[in-house]
Amino acid sequence: MIPLPLRVVPEYPDKRNEPALPTRTIPADDIDAREQMNIVIVGHVDHGKSTLIGRLLADTGSLPQGKLEDVRARCKREDRVFEYAFLLDALKDEQRQNITIDTARCFFKTRKRNYIIIDAPGHKEFLKNMISGAARAEAAVLVIDAKEGIQENSRRHGYMLAMLGIRQIVVCVNKMDLVDFDKAVYDRIIAEYGAFLASIGVTPKRFIPISALEGDNIAMASARMAWQPGTVLEALDTFGKEKQPIEKPLRMHVQDIYRFSASGDDRRIIAGKIATGSLNPGDKVVFLPSNKSSTINTIETLGGPALASAHAGMSVGFTLTEQIYIGRGELLCRQDQTLPAVSDTLQASIFWMGREPLKQDKDYKLKIGTTRVSVRVSRIDKVLNASTLEAEKKQQIDRYEVAEVQLRCASPIAFDLSEECESTGRFVMVDNYDIAGGGIITGHAADPDAQTRSQVLSREEKWYHGTIDRTIRALRHGQQPKLVLITGDSSHDKKTVAAQVEKDLFGSGRNAYYLTIGNLLRGVDADIPKENRHEHIRRFAEVAHLLMDTGLIVIGCASDLSEEDLRLIQTIVHKDECTIALVGDGLRHGVDVRLDPDQPTEANASRIIAHLAQSKAVFHP
Amino acid sequence: MDRLDELEAQSIFILREAYANLKNLCMLWSIGKDSTVLLWLARKAFFGHVPFPLVHIDTAYKIPEMIGYRDRLAIEWRLHMVVGQNVAALASRETFPDGKLDRVGCCRRLKTEALVNTLSGAWPRMKMDHAQQKYVLDENSEPYTGVIVGVRADEEGSRSKERYFSKREKTNEWNIGDQPPELWNQFKTDFPPGEHVRVHPLLDWTELDVWKYIEREGIPTVSLYYDQGKGERYRSLGCYPCTFPIKSTAKDVRSVILELESGKLKNIAERSGRAQDKEDGGGLETLRREGYM
Repeated sequence: MIPLPLRVVPEYPDKRNEPALPTRTIPADDIDAREQMNIVIVGHVDHGKSTLIGRLLADTGSLPQGKLEDVRARCKREDRVFEYAFLLDALKDEQRQNITIDTARCFFKTRKRNYIIIDAPGHKEFLKNMISGAARAEAAVLVIDAKEGIQENSRRHGYMLAMLGIRQIVVCVNKMDLVDFDKAVYDRIIAEYGAFLASIGVTPKRFIPISALEGDNIAMASARMAWQPGTVLEALDTFGKEKQPIEKPLRMHVQDIYRFSASGDDRRIIAGKIATGSLNPGDKVVFLPSNKSSTINTIETLGGPALASAHAGMSVGFTLTEQIYIGRGELLCRQDQTLPAVSDTLQASIFWMGREPLKQDKDYKLKIGTTRVSVRVSRIDKVLNASTLEAEKKQQIDRYEVAEVQLRCASPIAFDLSEECESTGRFVMVDNYDIAGGGIITGHAADPDAQTRSQVLSREEKWYHGTIDRTIRALRHGQQPKLVLITGDSSHDKKTVAAQVEKDLFGSGRNAYYLTIGNLLRGVDADIPKENRHEHIRRFAEVAHLLMDTGLIVIGCASDLSEEDLRLIQTIVHKDECTIALVGDGLRHGVDVRLDPDQPTEANASRIIAHLAQSKAVFHP
Repeated sequence: MDRLDELEAQSIFILREAYANLKNLCMLWSIGKDSTVLLWLARKAFFGHVPFPLVHIDTAYKIPEMIGYRDRLAIEWRLHMVVGQNVAALASRETFPDGKLDRVGCCRRLKTEALVNTLSGAWPRMKMDHAQQKYVLDENSEPYTGVIVGVRADEEGSRSKERYFSKREKTNEWNIGDQPPELWNQFKTDFPPGEHVRVHPLLDWTELDVWKYIEREGIPTVSLYYDQGKGERYRSLGCYPCTFPIKSTAKDVRSVILELESGKLKNIAERSGRAQDKEDGGGLETLRREGYM
């Protein structure tokens, strides 16, 4: 043992003289190489969710020794009627307020499998907790109070389950004891609720009349409701486990790229969790939206031999045969399989949980897998009241409303439609640091850069590389290839700033080249009309790309570039390899360096160079 | 994939999300089985490297085997090991064993306070110097704002309310009622400057999962978990004045698993050998709100 310099060592006691804990031998009934399923229990407040869970735990013998007695004793002490729900309300302030405020998790077992139950709160203001719970569930139990009937959150929760993609649902009509176990009451509720679910495309697996309080149809069939046989436990055990989607096309969001060279490890490992499909050494792959392609070399592990194959559900890391520049957020796909869509414009169904309403023309962050992009609501098609499903035409989406909207991302992203691939077809939206909404992608606008994108894809596929790869060039030059693009209103000077950046970089031993878009007009662009802006920009970006492949920092200069122009350029030159400098006002998104036209040229040039140094585009090899 | 494969894949995903998104990240290593499994998962997530410091709060009352084991692994795996301690409280003997505080009060001084001040950098931190194989003063006193912790939802009441990424206020307090939603593997990864987050990659694991994983992977664990011939072993490790062994003849990992599976311990809470839980009526809740792990 290594002594701590600060350590104060107390005397170690001779014997640990505490009473031994009581032990109790229980027959070996639960051998545990068993299946496990997450289920969520939802429904309107006070319809009896926690009671149902308490009952499930008690009736399956899943409570720790003495817990039931403890809670009963506490109730007696405090002169309250015992409720099963108290078992779950482990937190002091929950008991004080008598409501469940968050998604508690607990475990119980049936003959078939182990269950983790997620107790979702029914209060409207706790919807975000209900969603956190339900999003982890593979199946759901929705509870409706027989006496109170279908309430606001009965419908809202049903709608949320559908949106979250939970298809295995059992509906329990609870508190049947309060309506004298009357079949007519039950029939009326399931007819009405069944019709509601059908209207949102959900078919529940089962309806069950229960009394959680008295234990009817929970673990044991109720003699008092022989007209509808079946228990909640039986219903749960009929649910199936969802299989990992191995047969689908490969989708994996790049989570990170590791190179722990400081610890003497030179592997460049791309890491992520495979969402769908499978991955094998030798597979030709493409990363979208950047269109970089390469081939899987090895699937890495800790210590052990490299894997022969990996598939959906696994967290993996792999190396590539050709080193390409990609970053977190790219979507890995196989070239021989269906590729996802790439676009900046999405059609989506969303639900909103933010304190502030969701508004048009305000910037939010959209997160899909590990992709993050700035996004705006460009159109609100329909706002639905999630409980009545009535549509309204509104200018904003308030808390707990659902809506159909069009979203516009600041740059194109790769995704699938939710109906084709759930995990790459759903997203969350972040407002002011917190996740405030979620949604599923139902459609997308045509990608205006689709043709360029497919040209780039085939360029990347067919590009013939010599033996000097980009890392070797970067080390020799002490720089990463970069396109520094200076833009802004035509009245502002950009050319002398660009020339100054070239001069300063060259002076400090870097290889930089100043290229204005005008220089191409009479050469590379001599065959196209002056008005064909799209083609001029495309060719400029391709020339820049070529120069960058030699390891150069290219300083480009063009007036009045729009967001569309930038998107086109960044379809050809990866956006992480672009540094966008803006003189004066203009572009809202994607600007790395904002320059003041009233500042001296040298100062503006220095700011650009400082940014290059900070982003490690230039370094000391 | 079996259950352990799925748990492992998800925990690794969470660890990598934490590393990709959070600055000034550290992992708490209590030397117990859970946080040791977490450490193992980190080595797997980062292919043999642990790219953030491991922080241990040494109350000076830890069972000595725990400290020996900690330092052996720290050296073997070349861990960036950081240790903090409430030196002042120990010097003035303001502890439960010294009779000046009750158990919960002692936890508060030696664990909670030491943890909060070690994480914030307010108190000196010691770090393992691998060249000299000894602890030296850590020059870095920057606060750790992202803390990875090996808590499990099945441990006790308040822990079942956690998120994978759980925001803590600057005062380290946990506002249970107001946590942002977590869905579809999207976590809270955006923070205003100065805000803290706790990351819980083991939330979905059970005690049995942990032991089965230890067996499957051959993860080294402290000898205290096994019966050394006296017919008792520890089920949960802590400070010796407040942690007691259970009656058991389980001498190795397999026997521990069999014991858990046989149902012998089924109805006895895992932390039943931890005396401070009982003193804190709500089951650690008061301590946890203040920043206890």
